[in-house]
Amino acid sequence: MAFFLQNLVNALQWGSFYALIAIGYSMVYGVLFLFNFAHGDIFMVGAYIGFFVSTGLLALASTGVVALPEGVTLALVLVLTLIISMILNSFVGMLVERIGYRPLRNAPRASAAITGLMIGIILETGNLAILGPQRRLFPDLIPTQTITVAGVSITNKKMLIVGISILLTVALHQFVQRSKWGMAMRAMAYDYVVVPLMGIPVNTVALMTFGLGSALAAAGGILYGTAYPVLDPNMGILFGWKAFVAAILGGRGSILGAGVAGFLLGFIEIFVATIFPSTMRNLIAFSIIMIILTFRPHGFFGEPYSARLRL
Amino acid sequence: MLLTIENLRVSYGNIKALHGISFQVDEGEIVCIIGANGAGKSTTLRAISRLIPVEPGSKITFDGKNLLDYPADKVVAELGISHVPEGRRLFENLTVMENLRLAAFARKDTAGIARDMERVFSIFPRLKERINQKAGTLSGGEQQMLAVGRALVSARRVMLLDEPSMGLAPLLMMDVFKALKDINKEGTTILLVEQNARMALQFAQRGYVLETGNLVLEGKSEDLLNNPDVKKAYLGG
Repeated sequence: MAFFLQNLVNALQWGSFYALIAIGYSMVYGVLFLFNFAHGDIFMVGAYIGFFVSTGLLALASTGVVALPEGVTLALVLVLTLIISMILNSFVGMLVERIGYRPLRNAPRASAAITGLMIGIILETGNLAILGPQRRLFPDLIPTQTITVAGVSITNKKMLIVGISILLTVALHQFVQRSKWGMAMRAMAYDYVVVPLMGIPVNTVALMTFGLGSALAAAGGILYGTAYPVLDPNMGILFGWKAFVAAILGGRGSILGAGVAGFLLGFIEIFVATIFPSTMRNLIAFSIIMIILTFRPHGFFGEPYSARLRL
Repeated sequence: MLLTIENLRVSYGNIKALHGISFQVDEGEIVCIIGANGAGKSTTLRAISRLIPVEPGSKITFDGKNLLDYPADKVVAELGISHVPEGRRLFENLTVMENLRLAAFARKDTAGIARDMERVFSIFPRLKERINQKAGTLSGGEQQMLAVGRALVSARRVMLLDEPSMGLAPLLMMDVFKALKDINKEGTTILLVEQNARMALQFAQRGYVLETGNLVLEGKSEDLLNNPDVKKAYLGG
């Protein structure tokens, strides 16, 4: 039992990263019928932004301008890093939409999809060109404390990572379900052609969709950095693909679906790795996903859409 | 003139849909455009709503302003022209209330929105009973009511109506047209396109006849109703 619970805790943390990335994938696919294949790299950019913001804030704190107890300083740095990086990364996402995707709004979907692949490569190689090949070490903002309950060891980091991920997922879900802009997003997911007839600026909704998804990806990147502090420009590639799988599994445009599927993917990977040799992890995990998709081709949840997507 | 269309030309790729049509709608009028399937009726309304691009040389003037300077969402939000599209195009995944709230998206006058919603519910009490139901679960008639209601909430100056009679039983159709007449009496100008020529001409004060992208006839509704060519082509002899 303790063995199971221990892996459950690990799986929750691992799934958190997938969930936070998958939500952005799913939102963009839902609202704009677009596979934003650059999204994994936007997660990477978010992690790097988090690295620079937190390093900068720590340097600022070490000058002694504000003298706070160490624990308070670190917690404050983490919170500020999250907020600032989410805002900055949302601008990165909006820039990608404006420059990369908007000119192709009415182009064949395949063209938009390869645009995503190209933007992803540009972000990876651009990072390499500007920052050089050396890896970056994410500062340790949460000194690890381990609590052991009934043979299961839980670190404060894990609790924080899982907690923040769930909080952000639920908050975004509420925003999409209740706010006026969220309603506009759901309307666009159903029939984007007539959305302007409601007086809704489609471009603003598109920007907002990219911005929110990228903000969550930044949170994912920072939380990833606190758990696995080594950052490199290619870190978003495999994560991005797996989160894409989770987004489709969750159902088109469904935030809760993407969140649930992200956690599920985390569970499958962790449990496969504990039972089988870890080299077989992806093989078995994705075979399971294929079987699930065979029986639920539309994923778990998902926004319905109108078959009439033209005038 | 409230709305003036001059030399409106629209193409879909190589296919010319409108060959330079011109017409006007005055404030407070009900005007209809009748014509067969594929004549360009819906295209005309979509061009006014800025959902589709127009060819150079086309002119649309609304209330003294160049309408072509406004993108689609601003035509609704700033000029006050609402459009009930062909096939209603409700957001079937949203509730009746959400559809109406969305129609008020660009409006800031909370009291005015509340008043307009109440008006929609007083014209169509059935919608009030279904307020929290998904729009996709409504009957065809109720969906048409919601489509008109949505247009009423989104903008009040001009309503563009694309085939409001489509798919409706005759009695329901009468109800909808009666409601539209009331809406017009309160000051909303209506431009209607219809395949159901008799219904449209009985409802409107003036009409235009559109044939494969050209306006071929215009006149008062009663004159058109008595015109032998119109009778033969559109009123079943």
